[in-house]
Amino acid sequence: MTGHGHERGWAAAILAGLGLLALLPLARPRDDVLNFVFLILLAITLAESWNIVAGYAGQVNLGHAAFFGTGALVTRALWTAGTPVLPAMAAGAAAAAVFALVIGVAAFRLRGAYFAIGTLALGEIMRTTVGNVLPEISTLPAATIGAYRLSLRYYLALGLAAVSVVAVAWLATSRLGLGMRAIREDEEAAEASGVGALRLKLSALGLSTGLAGLAGGLFAYYHISYYPSHPFGPHWTFDALLMTFIGGVGTLQGPVLGAVLYIVLKEYLALRWVDIHLLIFGALFVAIVLLLPGGLVQAVARARALLGGARRAA
Amino acid sequence: VTLLAQQLLLGLLIGGLYGLAAAGLSLVFGVMRVLNVAHGELIMLGGYGAFWLAALLGVDPFAALGLVIPASLLLGAVLYWGLFGFVVRADEETRVKNSLLIGFGLALALHALAVRLWTADERSIPTSYGGAVLSVGPLAIPLVRLATLVLALGLIGGLQLLLTRWRWGQAIRATAEDWQAALLTGIDVRRAYLLAFALGTALAGAAGTLVTVAYSVSPSIGLEWTLKALIVVVLAGLGSMIGTFAGGLVLGVAEAVSAAAFGGPYREIVGLVIFVVVLTVRPRGLFGR
Repeated sequence: MTGHGHERGWAAAILAGLGLLALLPLARPRDDVLNFVFLILLAITLAESWNIVAGYAGQVNLGHAAFFGTGALVTRALWTAGTPVLPAMAAGAAAAAVFALVIGVAAFRLRGAYFAIGTLALGEIMRTTVGNVLPEISTLPAATIGAYRLSLRYYLALGLAAVSVVAVAWLATSRLGLGMRAIREDEEAAEASGVGALRLKLSALGLSTGLAGLAGGLFAYYHISYYPSHPFGPHWTFDALLMTFIGGVGTLQGPVLGAVLYIVLKEYLALRWVDIHLLIFGALFVAIVLLLPGGLVQAVARARALLGGARRAA
Repeated sequence: VTLLAQQLLLGLLIGGLYGLAAAGLSLVFGVMRVLNVAHGELIMLGGYGAFWLAALLGVDPFAALGLVIPASLLLGAVLYWGLFGFVVRADEETRVKNSLLIGFGLALALHALAVRLWTADERSIPTSYGGAVLSVGPLAIPLVRLATLVLALGLIGGLQLLLTRWRWGQAIRATAEDWQAALLTGIDVRRAYLLAFALGTALAGAAGTLVTVAYSVSPSIGLEWTLKALIVVVLAGLGSMIGTFAGGLVLGVAEAVSAAAFGGPYREIVGLVIFVVVLTVRPRGLFGR
């Protein structure tokens, strides 16, 4: 499709946007504004992380929540035990990635639909097990709540979103990413031309779940109290999937656009039509899959082509 | 020992419903190569259909089957025309991926619709004979659940007859075997797809009705039943409806054994673990083709 300059341009634009958001806390906005932007930033990280495996390596991972949850679990445990938050998050990301690689060796024997439903089952196994072993709600100690600073979480989320965009931009322009796309298009042909499919798929999964683990760690750092099984819930996977497909799977900017639109629309619909907003959402998503399989990115490209054609005709 | 036997018996009884739930999914997947992850939500809708008939019109839940099944057939046809019919035009890999995505959107929408129509509460259908129990030695067999097992077997047997004796049933099986060859012999493949999807949805509706009579229904049971059905499909393979029913019984018993061995909360995990192990050992599933 388009060359590397395209991805670099988008990366620069998105990073510039994130840079502007860095100024937001200086304006001393209300807490709910910061919280709202925080949700968007977390969503961007989650969507880009899912996009790596689905968009570039072509594997629909329906167990993403297992790795988001693992990151949250490990980070929360270490952080509440007194570890500084950044090393705790790094440990959470490492735990998620290592877990994913162990699982991946077995899971990547599955192809297509079987990989998808196998990982879906994995996610549910993790959620049920964590729910059984840790049924108690996890709440921060009073001293930590007293020292809670939202702006700190906000900047961390901003940093993570930037890291995920840079990671995907790098991947899109690297040899590694090229190999992944070769697998996505035709695995047998890629293998025949010397691409080590399993190694590449595992690299994609490790990178993807490492980022998801970081996002989970951020979730654990952000929330004052939640059930330990909550970040393992399937909706984290489905959210990532919806955002990525709405925006455009396998592109750098798609998941970012999808995440912004998804969170804004969800909050708006939830305010306006409290009880049917998910109904509207489900219908919208089905319409996008049927009418615009390439998401918003493709819609924009098509509209541009149409306009260009009209101009040329005129 | 009596306790264990009782547990096994209850596992067997729910296993029949697992088999029925899986039969619809297996039919759709086997014939259309479309993975409908909203199958559990279709089961849930069938359950609420029976609940409505019972609560509003006082229809007996077993008699409600006579209305829920045709209504589900129609719903299946509508869903095929509106959604899944577009998916089958693509090649096999895209088909699976797109059907997953559409299934998710549909599941989300149906779940929200159910919460809106029936609230998030758990519902069941109280009947005058609901508490009746058949005592066999030290074992107590809840009559309603026994009836659901028998009905599930009857429905699956009926489907098997339909697929082997009816002209269109044979067309469906030929399409599942090799749609290109079927097309060449003059079979209307699109029509076979439509029929398979409608029949699959009807089975889901029937399963939902029986689940609601013997257990309960709530808007969030969808994913759980989709997973159960997937597990059974992978265990039993495609092609034989009787085999699918047997797979359901195996899952029910396996869950009961694990609940007895590790405690109730772990019963959900066992099926999933079996599923992952079977998939890993036989990456394309246990399907014999």
